[in-house]
Amino acid sequence: MNKQAQISLGSGDKEQPNFSLLLLSIGQTQDKAAFADLFQHFAPRVKSYMLKLGSADEMAEELAQQTLLQVWRKAQLFDPDKAAASTWIFRIARNIRIDVLRKKKHFFDDDFDLAEIKDEQENAEVKINREQKIRHVALALAELPQNQAKVIRMSFYDGLSHGEIAKQLELPLGTVKSRIRLAFGRLRESVYLESGEMA
Amino acid sequence: MSIHHHLSDATLGAFTAGALIESISLVVASHISNCPDCRKRRDQLEDIGGIQLQHTEPEDMSPDALQKVMIKLGKQKLPLASDPPNDSISSFPNESAPRRGNPEIPKPLRAYVPDRLEDVDWKSMAPGIKYFAIAGLNKADGTLSLLKISPGANIPEHRHQGIELTQVLKGSFSDEIGRFGVGDIADLDDDIEHQPIADTNEACICLIATEAPLKFTGLMPRLVQYFSGM
Repeated sequence: MNKQAQISLGSGDKEQPNFSLLLLSIGQTQDKAAFADLFQHFAPRVKSYMLKLGSADEMAEELAQQTLLQVWRKAQLFDPDKAAASTWIFRIARNIRIDVLRKKKHFFDDDFDLAEIKDEQENAEVKINREQKIRHVALALAELPQNQAKVIRMSFYDGLSHGEIAKQLELPLGTVKSRIRLAFGRLRESVYLESGEMA
Repeated sequence: MSIHHHLSDATLGAFTAGALIESISLVVASHISNCPDCRKRRDQLEDIGGIQLQHTEPEDMSPDALQKVMIKLGKQKLPLASDPPNDSISSFPNESAPRRGNPEIPKPLRAYVPDRLEDVDWKSMAPGIKYFAIAGLNKADGTLSLLKISPGANIPEHRHQGIELTQVLKGSFSDEIGRFGVGDIADLDDDIEHQPIADTNEACICLIATEAPLKFTGLMPRLVQYFSGM
């Protein structure tokens, strides 16, 4: 792996490739070595995501391959100021899953040119490094109480409704809702206040 | 546009995870297209999705997976199964005609309704209330309509099952929860019973999506519902 594409995640963290740099390299120079690195890391995780959401093994494998292929094709559009690499790949995986598996239309931003809409909040001073921000979020997530982390995962990653979560965990709906509210409040506070963004 | 009523975390979360039905998803996208605040919160939720992906336990790919994908890289862009076919965007007849992009209509909605709200083919639903059922989305997937409420008229009191989203495109309405102006979204839980009323001398036009048909609580509205198919 390219030495330049290594960054330290701080004390105690193991070295991880800088996925944003890999994506940029793919977008700018069709760097196949960078793609192979990205594939080795993300394809098994995308497959895991697809399996968790109910795909059979063969389909999960196929969807993971399609996702990474799409990553290659869209890499030119990747902008590290707008999204962390993991967020960007998550979006592609999610969209592939919906398009292929559910044959449904969804209306995500990348379907529309929203460039004309300016974010008032988005000016130079709050333009902070997305990868750094992601690390803050990851840390805050890791510090959530187990029962809150679980409902967050089921809601924002597995895409389950609050009703479905309540059913699966055999909890009253109100409990699920308040856990999500608490957890999300905490994430906002610890992450976005710290980085000077809106809470 | 000053927006006072936003999407709930629950609805944004389901949108982010890709778990919403088409009609609801379109209204969420319509609101987000005009609301920097909700867009920012959506980004935060997608960050969480990305982090979960990053930390998920990897599953072994088949041994030749990378090789198989690498072979495809060099080739010209093949249509992916996931690429939308050209005709999938809209069943709106004038799709090929140049669209001026009326700012009253949020971008995601533009493929589904006429460019001018005056040209909408309104059907009468009840005194003072007209509707336009939006076509081109999965029929089994809830309902999606434009509603035009004349000044002073109100939507009959109703309950709904699952999510109901209402975004104001023009004018304003008030209900038990508050006042909703252009760009505002009413993101209602299924335990709320409400009766929106157009509260200025201008007709209120809104985009409304439900997971299941509305349940009107009076007899007349139920008859209207039966005949209008809403």
